[in-house]
Amino acid sequence: MEPSTTARRAVITAEALDDVLIALTAAGYQPVGPVVRDSAIVLDALGSAADLPHGRGTETSPGHYRLRDRSDGAVFGHSTGPQSWKQYLHPARRKLWSADRDPASGDFAPEPVAEVPVRYAFVGVRPCDLAAIRILNRALRRDENAEGPFIVAVECGDPGATCFCASTGSGPGCTDSGEGYDLALTELTGSAGHRFLVTVGTARGASILDAVPHAAAPQSAVMTARRIVAEARGRMGRTLPDTDLRVLLARSAEAERWDDVASRCLACGNCTMVCPTCFCTSVEDTTDLTGDHAERWESWDSCFDIDYSYIHGGAVRTSAKSRYRQWLTHKFGTWHDQFGSSGCVGCGRCIAWCPVGIDVTEELAALDETIEPETAR
Amino acid sequence: MTTTPTTPTTPIAQNSQNAQNTRTATSSAPMVPARYRVVANHRDTADTHTLRLAPLDQPIPRFRAGQFTMVYVFGVGEIPLSVSGSPLVGDDTLVHTVRAVGAVSAALCQAGPGSIVGVRGPFGTGWDVEDSLGRNLLFVAGGIGLAPLRSALLEALGTRDRFGFITVLAGAKVPAEHLYRDEEESWLAHGAVVLRTVDRLEPDPCTLQVPAWDGSVGLVTDLLAGLRARPEHTTAFVCGPEVTMTHTGSALLELGIPAHRIEVCLERNMRCGLGICGHCQLGPDFVCLDGPVTTFDHAEPLLAICEL
Ligand SMILES: Cc1cc2nc3c(=O)[nH]c(=O)nc-3n(C[C@H](O)[C@H](O)[C@H](O)COP(=O)(O)OP(=O)(O)OC[C@H]3O[C@@H](n4cnc5c(N)ncnc54)[C@H](O)[C@@H]3O)c2cc1C
Ligand code: SF4
Ligand code: SF4
Repeated sequence: MEPSTTARRAVITAEALDDVLIALTAAGYQPVGPVVRDSAIVLDALGSAADLPHGRGTETSPGHYRLRDRSDGAVFGHSTGPQSWKQYLHPARRKLWSADRDPASGDFAPEPVAEVPVRYAFVGVRPCDLAAIRILNRALRRDENAEGPFIVAVECGDPGATCFCASTGSGPGCTDSGEGYDLALTELTGSAGHRFLVTVGTARGASILDAVPHAAAPQSAVMTARRIVAEARGRMGRTLPDTDLRVLLARSAEAERWDDVASRCLACGNCTMVCPTCFCTSVEDTTDLTGDHAERWESWDSCFDIDYSYIHGGAVRTSAKSRYRQWLTHKFGTWHDQFGSSGCVGCGRCIAWCPVGIDVTEELAALDETIEPETAR
Repeated sequence: MTTTPTTPTTPIAQNSQNAQNTRTATSSAPMVPARYRVVANHRDTADTHTLRLAPLDQPIPRFRAGQFTMVYVFGVGEIPLSVSGSPLVGDDTLVHTVRAVGAVSAALCQAGPGSIVGVRGPFGTGWDVEDSLGRNLLFVAGGIGLAPLRSALLEALGTRDRFGFITVLAGAKVPAEHLYRDEEESWLAHGAVVLRTVDRLEPDPCTLQVPAWDGSVGLVTDLLAGLRARPEHTTAFVCGPEVTMTHTGSALLELGIPAHRIEVCLERNMRCGLGICGHCQLGPDFVCLDGPVTTFDHAEPLLAICEL
């Protein structure tokens, strides 16, 4: 796509990132973004731009994730970490209601937990995660017109070896039409100095930019940003097989490959926990020791858990094979039937954080090789 | 008999359509049950009870036959239960028939009159009784499967002249496990044909007496042989264990009942009823939204895949 002439663009210095955070805070947002902790880049509240992972990059491969130093001092020179924005949009555990029972009458009145919405500003959202936020909201059947968090997206210049967003159509760049973001940044670290090209996606994005020292974007900066994204696309670590995955998976229910992957898979569920679109939850009803105070909690669940499919008489999916099949088929196949798109955004988290290094792109390619397009219907 | 609630409970939107969701949070309101009081608990068999519930809060919206609710027992848990009562009742009471198989269902069976439970719903699809005007109706049940069918049966019997033959084929393991024997008279009086069968007829281990039994012995599908209804003008409603439903469905297809006129009721783990917990997925379906009632031509290929 050619750079749009209508999108408003500007250039800010690397130092002005702090001004962006100040402007966001002044506008009532709580900025959260990438920080280094426990040898990984995780998401947390940002006090200032100094909290961001300056000069830190990541090195990923199946079952492998390491931080590394970058010589260019890039702030967003890392690929996705073990966490995603899901932890803010769909918390790992939350109380839904509580109730106290009158011991004499047995009566109780459930009190919904009052939700205190935090006005988050997500800073440093990669294009894959922009898509993931949209997909997650749709899966949770949320109002897509309701006001969401403020989003500062960052295009990817240095994709990880486990990334394949070019295959899923969700990255490594953002669209000019401002889809999903308020402001989008492209980090420029070349000879002209450490700067960011800023693309304005929404009116509220424009008002934040207005509060930050900025200069009009020279055409050269726009062209450099284009080149960075194009090169990133070319350096993508992985690709999906070039086929209609929904059809492939619909035909693969009885494929032998499931036995092969099941012999390696530990059914630990890590892949579903790190997945930015996996939305499944369990509901737990509890009481305290008196038995008269009850609570209902919702927490992330995984289709790899044996109890996930439990009905009286036993779980529906007992074999590891059937549980791996559920994950892969849901993510790349039946998600289309349910929500009109793939459930995968190519972030590669499930590959890096699988303890035995199972690679979804490899599994899909293996299915694609063995499933005959015509006969295996 | 009523005690005033400690806190007035606000009417809560129960339907997924009414879920007050924003883009940053899913409202917990659809997960909050409305309180109902158990007004009657009738023991049907050794392990199965039928409960009548009356609302204490804003009642849940009206249900259709075949829909289910999520019933909560204080501190124990919440389970999906099909409504077994007639949708034609004029009040807001709900009738559920529960078989005690675990913690929540056993607690419900023990919930005497006056007990307070929570209810969310109604959820899911219903039996297409309305779509079958002028047709013969065939109900095929295995075990507790008669409970979800009863709702549609009572609806049809309540407006009897809108339908052709109404036939009920019910199977159970042993005579004592047959449900609703005491209301069979009334079904017959409304012009239903009721055939019952048991898997086996054995002497009681204590009394050594063979139980009295006026029905057949064998599988519920064996009863299909005696059907006189014209298959192309028949709608079949089938509910029971999954194997019973697939065998019955195939047998009904063979009899000539069109696949889209055979309806089955599916069961999967359910935590929300709103299509957001993910647990009830069966291939592309969320059984709580696309089911539990679905046509056999839709369900059969999904059920044919082992451990889907
Ligand atoms: C749509 C639908 C309609 C149903 N209608 C009826 C009915 O009319 N009458 C009847 O007796 N039974 C019905 N069932 C089955 C009933 O929901 C289970 O028997 C019940 O959930 C068992 O819970 P428990 O706590 O007694 O058993 P346990 O085996 O102790 O279950 C432990 C926990 O596992 C979960 N669980 C177990 N089985 C199921 C299940 N099938 N679905 C969801 N969660 C489950 C529950 O959270 C439960 O609390 C229906 C199920 C579905 C899905
Ligand atoms: S892959 Fe599994 S855990 Fe993830 S959304 Fe699908 S069913 Fe839920
Ligand atoms: S694929 Fe890997 S991460 Fe996922 S359940 Fe199996 S072992 Fe765990």
